[in-house]
Amino acid sequence: MTDKIEIALTVNGRTYAVRTEARRTLADVIREDCGLTGTHTGCEHGVCGACTVIVDGEPVRSCLMFAVQAEGKIIRTVEGLAKGNELHPLQRAFIEHHGLQCGFCTPGFLMLATAALENGLEIDDDKLIDVLSSNLCRCTGYENIIKAVRAAADEMRGQR
Amino acid sequence: MSAAGSGRSDKAKFLGVSVTRLEDPPLVTGKGCFAADVSFPHQLHMRIVRSGLAHARIKSIDVSEARAVPGVFAVWTAADIPDIPPINLREGPNETLAPYLQWLLAKNRVRYVGDPVAAVFAEDSYLAEDAADLVALDMEELSPLLSANESPGEFEPGHTTEPSVMRKGYGDVDAAFRVAHTVVEMELWIGRHSGVPLETRGAIARYDVGRDVLELHGAAKVPHRNREAIARMLGRSINSVHLIEGHVGGGFGVRGELYPEDVLVCLAALRLGRPVKWIEDRREHLMAANHSRQQYHRVRAAVAADGQVLAIDDEFFHDQGAYVRTHGMRVMDNTVGTLPGSYRIPALRTVGHFRLTNKTPAATYRSPGQYEGTFVRERLFDVISAKLGMNPIELRRRNLISPTEMPFKRQLNILGEDVVYDSGDYEGQLDKALAAIGWDELQVELKRRRAAGEAVGAGIAMMVEKTGLGPTDGVRISVDTTGAVEVVTGSASVGQGVETVIAQICAEALGVDYKRIRVVHGRTDRIEYGIGAHASRATVMTGSATHIAATKLRAKAIEMAAELMQAPVDALDIVDGNIVRTDMIAGPSITLGEIAANLVPTSKMLGGREPGLSADGWSHVDHMCYPYGTNLAVVRVDRETGQVIIERYLLAYDIGRAVNPMLIRGQIVGGFAQGLGGALLEEFLYDENGEPLSVTFADYLMPTAREVPQIEVLLLEDAPSPLNPLGVKGAGEAGITGVGAAIAAAIGDAIGMPGAVTRLPITPQRLKAILAQKHECSVPATTSFSEFSKV
Repeated sequence: MTDKIEIALTVNGRTYAVRTEARRTLADVIREDCGLTGTHTGCEHGVCGACTVIVDGEPVRSCLMFAVQAEGKIIRTVEGLAKGNELHPLQRAFIEHHGLQCGFCTPGFLMLATAALENGLEIDDDKLIDVLSSNLCRCTGYENIIKAVRAAADEMRGQR
Repeated sequence: MSAAGSGRSDKAKFLGVSVTRLEDPPLVTGKGCFAADVSFPHQLHMRIVRSGLAHARIKSIDVSEARAVPGVFAVWTAADIPDIPPINLREGPNETLAPYLQWLLAKNRVRYVGDPVAAVFAEDSYLAEDAADLVALDMEELSPLLSANESPGEFEPGHTTEPSVMRKGYGDVDAAFRVAHTVVEMELWIGRHSGVPLETRGAIARYDVGRDVLELHGAAKVPHRNREAIARMLGRSINSVHLIEGHVGGGFGVRGELYPEDVLVCLAALRLGRPVKWIEDRREHLMAANHSRQQYHRVRAAVAADGQVLAIDDEFFHDQGAYVRTHGMRVMDNTVGTLPGSYRIPALRTVGHFRLTNKTPAATYRSPGQYEGTFVRERLFDVISAKLGMNPIELRRRNLISPTEMPFKRQLNILGEDVVYDSGDYEGQLDKALAAIGWDELQVELKRRRAAGEAVGAGIAMMVEKTGLGPTDGVRISVDTTGAVEVVTGSASVGQGVETVIAQICAEALGVDYKRIRVVHGRTDRIEYGIGAHASRATVMTGSATHIAATKLRAKAIEMAAELMQAPVDALDIVDGNIVRTDMIAGPSITLGEIAANLVPTSKMLGGREPGLSADGWSHVDHMCYPYGTNLAVVRVDRETGQVIIERYLLAYDIGRAVNPMLIRGQIVGGFAQGLGGALLEEFLYDENGEPLSVTFADYLMPTAREVPQIEVLLLEDAPSPLNPLGVKGAGEAGITGVGAAIAAAIGDAIGMPGAVTRLPITPQRLKAILAQKHECSVPATTSFSEFSKV
C-alpha cells in the first residue's frame, strides 16, 4: 500500500509522470503532484462535490477515486476551463450572477455543470436543480448558482 | 456630507451599484489560495490524535510505536508542552471561567469525543495519519454529562459544570406579573448546529530564524486578535508574530477562532525547526470546530388585556460543551440582548445558566444568540396571540417600538455596550412586507386550501439585529506613482466580498474606478491594528474608516493639483483617477499618479507637505447600529411524511444604505439557506455515551439546491444609521436570524396548532410526533391567521 507506483496522468491535455502510493486519491495527486490546487477537498467522503473533476467526459468525485485508477483516462479540472485569458461561459456567468461567495465549492460546481451541459442536459429547471443538488454550497443558498448555469446554458446553446 | 459627495455629474457612481466582485476571477479559474493550497519546502504534516471517549481519565499514553515509524519527526502529548497555557478568552482573563479553558492537548482528562490528546508530526500527511493510529491511549471511562438542563456535575474537584449564572434585565417583572391579564408560559429548545464552512480549517506555520518571525498562514476572521493571543501564549513579542490570511472558504463565526491546532503548529514550527502544516478533515471538523446554538428556555410573559406585553421572564440553559472557548459567555449575552426584539417590553428578567457538557465546545455561529433569542420571542408572541384570540400581526403592532421613540434606549448592557436602537420604522416595514407578499389575499387562498384538506399556513417573525460592532477601526490608503490605489485594512475576508465593498466605498469618495483599487486584509504585517470580520461589522466599521481616509486623500490630491494646475481648489474634482476642472468642458487634467510623483519625499514641489499621496482614516462608534427585518413564511406540511415544503419566503430588511445590493441579496439568500438548515435539517446528535452521531455529511444534513426555495428579498433603505458617515448597517446575519422562528410559526398555522413547534430543528420525525399528539396539545389548536378579522 505504501509502495510507490509510476503512473502517467493526463490532466487538461498535459501528461504528468507521477510516482504515487496506490492508496493516494486522485484529488490529492491532482493537487499535490500535479500542482493543480483548484480542485478542492471539502469532505473526502464523496458528499460535498467540491473535488468534482471530469474523467472521460463524466463528472467524478476525485476524493473517491484513486489516482492509479485514472491512468490512461482524460482528466479535466477547473484550471482547464478557460482558453487562455478567455473565460468559459460558465465562469463568466458565475461572476455576472454572483454565483460564488467564498469560492471554495465553485470549481466543483463548474466542473459538474460543464459535464452536465456538454452531455446535453436539457435545461428544464427541475433537472437542473436535480443535477446541482449533488454538490454542496454553504454561502450562496444556490439561487445564483442556478441562475448562472441557466444563463451559461442559454449562451452555449446559442453558440452551437 | 463631505466634499467627496459633490463633483461633476458625469462621474461614475460606485456606491449603491451592483458591480461584479473583484474577488471572483481567481476563484472561478482555480487560482485561489486556500489554507490547504499553502505549502513550504521541507514542511511537516501534523495529525491530531483525538479522544474516542466523551469523558475519561487519561491513565497513560504510549507514543513509542508511533515515534518509531520512519518519517515521523515527533509525537507530543501534554507532558511535552507543560509550559504553554490554555487558550484564553479573546476579551482577556476571567477568573470565573479560567478553570474551564482548553489546553492545547488534554491533561489528565478528556472531555469530549474529538478532544486533542496527542500530535504527530511526520513528513507526509498519509504517514502522519498512519502513525496517529499507533498512539495507544489507556483511559478510565467516566460517565458523561450530556444535558445542560440536568443538575450540574463536577468538572473537576472544586468546580461544578456550571461556571456561571448570568442575570440580566430591567424593570419590575414581578409587578408586571401581578397585574397581568394573561400569563403565557413555554418551554423551547434550539438544536445544536453550526457554521460548517465547505473548507475545513487549516493552519500552516513557519519560523524564519533569520528575521526571528513566526508566520501563521490560514488565518481568518480576527488575525490581529489571534496574533496577540499566540504571541502571549508562546512568550514572544507581538511584532515577531504575523498572521496571514489567504482565501477563506467560508467563516460563519466558526473559522478564525483560536483553536488548539493553530497554536500547536506555531509551537511545532518553533521547536522542530520545520514548517508545519495541518489540514482538518471533515470528520474532525464536525467534532472539533465550534458547535453552537443549543439552548433550552423556560420562558413566560405577562400580558395586558389589550395585548401589550408587560414583561418577559426567561430562565435558560446554554449547552457550552466541554470547555470554555474564546467567546466565553458572549452567545448567552447576545441571546438576552436579542430577546426583547422590536417590541417595547417594559420589564425583562433573564437567568442564563452557562453549563458545560461532554460535547464539542461551542461558540458563535452567524447570528449568535440572535437566532436563538428571536426564536424564543417570536414563538412566545404566537402563543400569546393564540391565548388572547388576537391576530398575531395585530399583537405585534400593539407592541412595536414606534419611530418617534427612536433612538430607543433599553436598560441593558450587552457585549459591553448599552443597547440603543439607532433608527427604524418597524411598523412601516411590517406594512411593506405584508403588501409585498399580498398578505390578505394569501390568507384567503390559504383558508381555501386548508378547507380542501391541505396543511398550509403562513407565519411571521420580526427581528432587530445588532451590527457594526466597534469600537474603532482604521485603514490607510495610498496611491502609487502609476495611479494604482491600495487600501490597507485590518479587516478580514471570509468570502463575503469585503474587497469589493471597500473598493466601492473608496472609489466613490476618491473618484477612481473600483477595479483600480487593491484592498489588503488579513495581514498583520501590513497594518498594526485590526479587529477583523465578525458581528456584521466590516462594511460599517472598515467601510466608514475607508470613506474618511479616501475623503482626506482626495483633499490632499486636490490641494496639490491646485498648485500644479494653477486652479482654485473648488474648481477641481477627481474623475476616473484624473484631477479635472469642473468649470470647463475640456480643460487641463492631471492624473493621480502624477500627483503622487509630485509628493515623493525628494519632490521639489513638496513644500511643507507630508510626503506621499496617502491618508489614514479612523472610525469610532459608541454604539452598534440596529438593522431590522420582517420574515414572512408560507409552508405546506405533508401529514404522511412530516416533510415541510417552503412555498414562499419573504424577508423585508432595512440596511440603512446598500453599498452593493447584489452582494447584500447574496448575503441574505445564503443566510436564509443556513437558517433553513437550522430550522429543518441540521443537528449535532449524540448517543447516550456521548458518541457523536453527526460526523459525516451523510448524517449532518445541510440544505442542497433541492431544499432551498427561491426567496423574495425586499431590501429597504428607510432608516440610514445616524452613527456613521455612510448611513450603512450590517447585512451579514440578516438572512439567517428569523428563519427558525418564521418557519415554526408557519408550520403551526398550517397544522392548526400555533404553539406546537417548540423545538428546532423541526425534523419529519418531530413533526409527525406533533401531529400524532394533536389532541393532547396544551395550546388551543383552533386558531389560525385567517380566522381572525382582517389585519
